[in-house]
Amino acid sequence: MNFKHKYFFLFPGLFVLIGILIFPIIFVVRLSLSGWNSYNPGLDYIGLENYIRLFTDDPRFWESFFRLSFLSVTTVILQYVIGFALAHMVWKDIKFKRFFRVLFLVPMMTTPVIMTVIWRTFFHESLGPVNDILSVFGVAPKWLTDPVIAKFTVIIVEVWQWTPFMFLLLLAGLLSLPKEPFLAAAIDGASPVRKFIYVTFPLMAPISIGAIIIRLIEASKIMDTVYVLTSGGPGTSTETSSFYIFIKGLREFQMGYAASMSFTYLIIMIISLTIIAKVLTKVLLKE
Amino acid sequence: MDKLYIFLKYFFIVVWTVFVVAPFLWALTTSFKDFQSVNGGVTYIPWVDFEPNLEGWKVLIKSPAKGGVDIIEPYFNSMFVTCTASLISIILGTLSAYALSRYTFKAGFVKNNDITFFFISQRIMPPIVLSIPFFLFLSSINLLDSLTGLIVVYIVLLMPIAVWIMVDFFNKVPREIDETALIDGCNPYQAFLKVVLPNSIPGLIVAGMFCIIFGWIDFFFAFILTFTEVQLLPVKIVALNSSVTPWWSLSASALVSVAPLIIVAFIVERYLSKGNLSGAIK
Repeated sequence: MNFKHKYFFLFPGLFVLIGILIFPIIFVVRLSLSGWNSYNPGLDYIGLENYIRLFTDDPRFWESFFRLSFLSVTTVILQYVIGFALAHMVWKDIKFKRFFRVLFLVPMMTTPVIMTVIWRTFFHESLGPVNDILSVFGVAPKWLTDPVIAKFTVIIVEVWQWTPFMFLLLLAGLLSLPKEPFLAAAIDGASPVRKFIYVTFPLMAPISIGAIIIRLIEASKIMDTVYVLTSGGPGTSTETSSFYIFIKGLREFQMGYAASMSFTYLIIMIISLTIIAKVLTKVLLKE
Repeated sequence: MDKLYIFLKYFFIVVWTVFVVAPFLWALTTSFKDFQSVNGGVTYIPWVDFEPNLEGWKVLIKSPAKGGVDIIEPYFNSMFVTCTASLISIILGTLSAYALSRYTFKAGFVKNNDITFFFISQRIMPPIVLSIPFFLFLSSINLLDSLTGLIVVYIVLLMPIAVWIMVDFFNKVPREIDETALIDGCNPYQAFLKVVLPNSIPGLIVAGMFCIIFGWIDFFFAFILTFTEVQLLPVKIVALNSSVTPWWSLSASALVSVAPLIIVAFIVERYLSKGNLSGAIK
């Protein structure tokens, strides 16, 4: 099997992908060195000015980045814990197993923005059911207009939307585990808790790492939920990096500056995800 | 101890089920309400709290000229873009995945794993990074606001998923079956088409389902790269979310948009229970 056939298999896909992507990526880098904005649309050359502005004179970008880190790490941790619990519960025989499996998968099949529009009505401060029910207890949280609570509303919606994906990956992992270690544990008479700590969890470690990384990658892109739910508000309290770049680039048309932000953002994402992957591998696999 | 565990287990399942179902139930009841029963206070039960009517559903198929919303055209646009982009991604992705699974490539320090990683790593790319150049690029070749332009962009989103799932799947299909086919006188293309592909149908279905999910639920690129000529479903529905939101038609259209993917959930569960998804994430 050492003919040139292999290239005929590989190249169509590879070249289509590179062909579509090469222009945008080079263009982002070039654009980031220009002062393209709505008064002056054109690829002039202004050197590193955009980057200097970004690193010295734009706290809003860094705030949005830390907010994004907080939101994505919190949601992924919640999704992992809940997803693992759910997967573990419908892994073995329970009543209506397949019904629950389908039901728990459904949210990830729904379009995030469309469900977010529904969530907006759900959390509506005077006409939504949540505050109507909570009014029995005499509280009425401002789900969408309080800077602190709005963050948690975003988290709730994200957890609802994407826990199923975590659930899917972890359940697929659980279903692929070998049977022998569990038999051995059963013979030793291990309690469910000990079985989980000493058998299930260690066996699931590599799968957990994969699932967490995949979800972190996807969570770091969070933007359309925020756009529909709060539009980054109140103020800038739920604004994430992507959303800020979107405002600068495609609302204020500071294309050059937005390009420098998106390139910086991409580099930060790649570096931090690599570090997170390394750390998780160390911790969970105890290498 | 055991009883407590079982109690907690069912308690948790019930709580989560309520949480999952709540927005759907809310959307379902809201879709039958009228202005009065939405804005006059919170109502829940049809016929008891409010008098249900079909207005929210009827406007979906009326033309905008008659005060309707007309989601039929965006619906078909969405389906067309999603299916076309998924199909192209699956075909190209499967071919590449087969090559990466069966042959060794070496170009300098770049090996098979690096090429696979290159494909998959495209998922790391935040959409916003690509959106600005795509916007300018598509407008320069007159594909802004067109279905073709969107399909091109969606291939970038979906092909990594296809490659990711299919590489793992082909790795689990025993090499002997291609080798036997080659010995029997097939050329590599015949071996691939007649022997390997028929043995990979579960993988293809799973990859296809994932491409369809991630194509169907995308909003961002459709939102940035199309305006008036072409509208996809999510953009159309979110556009309803204006200052005076018609909650009833919004809810009805949301349910209509969610419906086809429920079938996908059943298919994914089926292949999940058969163990066809396990390789994909290691």
